[in-house]
Amino acid sequence: MLEKMIFGRYVPGNSFVHKLDPRSKLLFVFLFIIAVFLANNTITYALLLAFTVLVILIARIRFYFLFNGLKPILFLVVFTLLMHFIFTKEGALLFEWKFIKIYEEGIRQGIYISIRFLVLVLMTTVLTLTTSPISITDGMETLLNPFKKLKLPVHELALMMSISLRFIPTLMDETDKILKAQLARGSDLTSGTIKQRIHAVVPLLVPLFVSAFKRAEDLAIAMEVRGYRGGEGRTRYRQLAWKNRDTFVIFLFAFLVAVLFWLRGGN
Amino acid sequence: MDISFQQVGYSYAVGTPFEKRALYDVNGSIASGSYTAIIGHTGSGKSTLLLHLNGLLKPTDGVVRVGDVNITSHTKSKELKTIRKQVGIVFQFPEHQLFEETVEKDIMFGPMNFGVPAEEARTRAHELIKLLGLPEDVAKKSPFDLSGGQMRRVAIAGVLAFQPSILILDEPTAGLDPRGRKEIMELFYTLHKEQNLTTILVTHSMEDAAQYADNILVMHEGRSVLSGTPEEVFSNADKLSEYRLGLPRTVAFQRDIEKLFGKSIGRLALTEDQLAIAVSQALKEEGER
Ligand SMILES: Nc1ncnc2c1ncn2[C@@H]1O[C@H](COP(=O)(O)OP(=O)(O)OP(=O)(O)O)[C@@H](O)[C@H]1O
Ligand SMILES: [Mg+2]
Repeated sequence: MLEKMIFGRYVPGNSFVHKLDPRSKLLFVFLFIIAVFLANNTITYALLLAFTVLVILIARIRFYFLFNGLKPILFLVVFTLLMHFIFTKEGALLFEWKFIKIYEEGIRQGIYISIRFLVLVLMTTVLTLTTSPISITDGMETLLNPFKKLKLPVHELALMMSISLRFIPTLMDETDKILKAQLARGSDLTSGTIKQRIHAVVPLLVPLFVSAFKRAEDLAIAMEVRGYRGGEGRTRYRQLAWKNRDTFVIFLFAFLVAVLFWLRGGN
Repeated sequence: MDISFQQVGYSYAVGTPFEKRALYDVNGSIASGSYTAIIGHTGSGKSTLLLHLNGLLKPTDGVVRVGDVNITSHTKSKELKTIRKQVGIVFQFPEHQLFEETVEKDIMFGPMNFGVPAEEARTRAHELIKLLGLPEDVAKKSPFDLSGGQMRRVAIAGVLAFQPSILILDEPTAGLDPRGRKEIMELFYTLHKEQNLTTILVTHSMEDAAQYADNILVMHEGRSVLSGTPEEVFSNADKLSEYRLGLPRTVAFQRDIEKLFGKSIGRLALTEDQLAIAVSQALKEEGER
């Protein structure tokens, strides 16, 4: 039932995007997230959206798959959109029905914010879909290495991240199993009042937390038993290799930012 | 309620790169009141098939018929609540479904969902606690304070509590101690007889399948490949080994004896008692010669 949820999942492949070094991808996504806030008019938002679509195409991810997998998040996007439609009261009045008044600025703001949100989610999803959790962690750790001097526990952070990423699908599967077990005992998540529905989530959440804690404990013990002692002096099996294509990606980003600056409305 | 499968196919995660065909063209029928064992190598699709029996999964192709309800890919979830009441599933590792503050409340969860009044649900909970051999004082304890085996029993009670007429058991005794296994299997058999349940047992134990089942369905790589009475299925040792399944210990022993004596010693021995009788019979005949 939840098997379609893809946020945080990795799908192996060999597209250009898959082959990139995790460092260049991470750097790109991180900078992209900042660059998204440069957009401030229709053309820059359209550019962001078009660019994201292009990346998805290059990564050879099927749109149908993305759409299905991100449904819950798309719901949030639509929700934001509606909130803006209804609550922003600036600009010309476009439409009125009883107490609902929709203004031009509301539509504009709604669409802008939704695009921003959508682009962020899509980009990060492309990152996790095309990069194995281990590569992401390795890349992250290398990128953050300079911060070790500032006593930032880089290795530990990277480890925490890789464990979280590793367990997202596991927790999804687990949720699915528990959900089935409770449905079989007559629990009903899809009908009733809001209050009843919230109550119906308890039989799902409690076992999920119990098993997550148990898993965490097991994992901690297993790591301890195998002599894990943290980052000091650890070597690595996989070596990262920065190629020309990675340099190209960084230039591509610089180009994108330049175009954004050129097209964005002055203020 | 009779159950039948007609050309049932099922794929997980349709439309994603993880799409996985788990069932192909499964056919078969299960008569009301019978005890059916489903056996098959790991990953052969047994659990997937079970999930179709109360519409937790809907077949991608074909029809699953439970009583007079047809479940196809188009069946609406709302229509399935009546079936869920009739079909109780004890999942693999059912203790993972426990969530209430007390054992009593957890057992009452199912019946209350299906509209049984609280008082009656409570009575049933207490009866089941006794029936499953749990100490009386466990009712007010948190299920998370129990041992693994006790948790398993509470989870089983939680399913029996809504008195389903079809009882589905997905390896209900996996990971229990041998004595607990035997107790629980015997309990299910008694319930099956006393309440005239339709019981479906998924098991990796050929002995359990031989001893309790009236019928056996063999799954292999998502297909139903063999079915029949335990005698029929277990006399097909070659086919079974092709499906990576063995013989019950009793039958294997009987085969060894037969090899030793160089002759058949009668009907297939499905239980230890039958085996003992057959062997003593054979020894006696041997002595008379
Ligand atoms: N949630 C799921 N998503 C995707 N594939 C699945 C899922 N559950 C099972 N499968 C696949 O479907 C096939 C059948 O699985 P199933 O769990 O029905 O096997 P099984 O016969 O019950 O095995 P076991 O004896 O190990 O319990 C397997 O190949 C499995 O990988
Ligand atoms: Mg199974």
